[in-house]
Amino acid sequence: MTAVGPEAAPRPLAGPTASPAVEIEGVTRSHRGRRGAEPVLANDGISLTVHPGEVFGLLGPNGAGKTTLVRQIVGALHPDAGRIRVLGHDITADPRRAPRLLAYLGQDEPALRELPVGLAVETTGRLRGLSRAEARSRRDVLLDELGIGEVHRRPLLALSGGQRRLAHVAAALIGERPLLVLDEPTTGLDPVARRAVWAALDRRRAAGATVVLVTHNVLEAETVLDRVAVLDRGRVIACDTPGRLKAMVSDEVRLDLVWRGAPAADDPTVALLAQSAVVSGRRWSIRLPREQAREALGRLTAGPALESLDDFTLATPSLEDVYLALGGRDRDLERG
Amino acid sequence: MTTPLALAPGLPGAFAAVYAGQVSRAKASRGPLLFVATLQSVGILLLLRGVVDTGDGVTGQQVVAGSTVLVVAFVALNLLAQRFGALRGDGGLDHYAALPVPASAVVLGTAASYATFTVPGAVLTAVVGCLLYGLPLAHLWVLLLVLPLAGASLAGIGALLGLLAPRPELATVAGQLGMSAVLFLGVVPAERLPLVLQAVRALLPSSYAADALARALGPRVEITSLAPDLAICAVAAVLSLALASTAYRRAVRR
Repeated sequence: MTAVGPEAAPRPLAGPTASPAVEIEGVTRSHRGRRGAEPVLANDGISLTVHPGEVFGLLGPNGAGKTTLVRQIVGALHPDAGRIRVLGHDITADPRRAPRLLAYLGQDEPALRELPVGLAVETTGRLRGLSRAEARSRRDVLLDELGIGEVHRRPLLALSGGQRRLAHVAAALIGERPLLVLDEPTTGLDPVARRAVWAALDRRRAAGATVVLVTHNVLEAETVLDRVAVLDRGRVIACDTPGRLKAMVSDEVRLDLVWRGAPAADDPTVALLAQSAVVSGRRWSIRLPREQAREALGRLTAGPALESLDDFTLATPSLEDVYLALGGRDRDLERG
Repeated sequence: MTTPLALAPGLPGAFAAVYAGQVSRAKASRGPLLFVATLQSVGILLLLRGVVDTGDGVTGQQVVAGSTVLVVAFVALNLLAQRFGALRGDGGLDHYAALPVPASAVVLGTAASYATFTVPGAVLTAVVGCLLYGLPLAHLWVLLLVLPLAGASLAGIGALLGLLAPRPELATVAGQLGMSAVLFLGVVPAERLPLVLQAVRALLPSSYAADALARALGPRVEITSLAPDLAICAVAAVLSLALASTAYRRAVRR
């Protein structure tokens, strides 16, 4: 594991005597194959510590094992090996404690699909132990906070994907738990709604809550996370603040080239870039030191290769580059 | 230092919340299916009216009682098996697994709501049946006993089938087969069935509900003569709901 300073928390808000919000030790979990198929190893010896009061992210491509890990944190799935503690309680030994410590937002909430928004949130609040009157008053505040007050009578099925996701978020936030475990809360949201969710999470954090957030969106990871664990194929390949992770590859930039037709193979610059380019269709993506990138781009735009070049961008490193630099092999992290 | 656990709702509070949510869900989306459930039973009443003599009181009573219980089976057994099968298949149970809710509250609340949806269709079927076959409408107060017990026992079986089925499609098939069994074995009087089918009939709680109702639609209602059948229904309800709660606990923690 190439974990980088996994204990480097920026600022645990709670006192030094407080237990970690989440402690994961050597968690391994396979999914049993159907009808004799080989089991798939989804989590492979994962160890992580989430400190109280931080917004902690799990970043990785689809299939990296993020959802499997959070479902074990919330007690919906039992690890094959390893142990998980939440706010000082052993969840592996007694998963029934998890719902009294945390709120969970799954990638989808099929159980709520046909309920009107207001009732879905209210019912979830009541099932978290609120009285009916409390659940109703907090429901109203939450729906306004997330900007979906006007659709409270409509069933979730009848809403746009973005509004439905906001209703899911509202259901996760009602009944204020000290730990929020959210699996891709902003997927499908437009930028305005996405910022509304980030602001709502920030208010919970300011009030002392800890947030564990699954994302495969690089922008989200860089904008809202205090620390991020990068997962790839069931393992943690890095864990630190987004800034420090990016500093690991800060002397490099990403050069993206989009070709109009086949690039001239006899051009020495093209030939050189081709050696390290990750090709997807007409797009080449090359990570290289700043100075080399500038020179290569200069030669390309001054020479005959410009004829077949449709577009190019030169970008400072993002967490996606960190993921790739650490050996990540999938390429479906979202940039937007 | 450990964080104290938040209070969890008790069984009555959780049951009430689950029940209210499910009833509202049905209002929003289950109307057409409830209509089909009722139409199917009224259709059977009309169809069999052509072959059953009004003079043959016992057969008419069984047809009306069987068709009425069939509405309960359509919703509480078949649709509930599909509901739990779907929840289990698409991860919907995670929602409840992450809430501090007793397993029995989810099973009982959902089962009770499905049993509730059956009431309008079952009452309508029974009334139409009494009118068509010349049976005493005044005896239908027995539905107050029969419907809750039939509803609870069939909903328990529906929940159990849905929660045990490894795939949602199998839950649907099991629910449909269960409903077909209630249809074929409940509408026809027991003594007219071959021995094998009589044995199967004896295993279905719906048969006892249908028999109790059939007897009540005779010239006189004697509560003592209904009691044994209703007691069997009640025992089946307790057993099937308890088993369904256990199946739920297993399904939410994998």
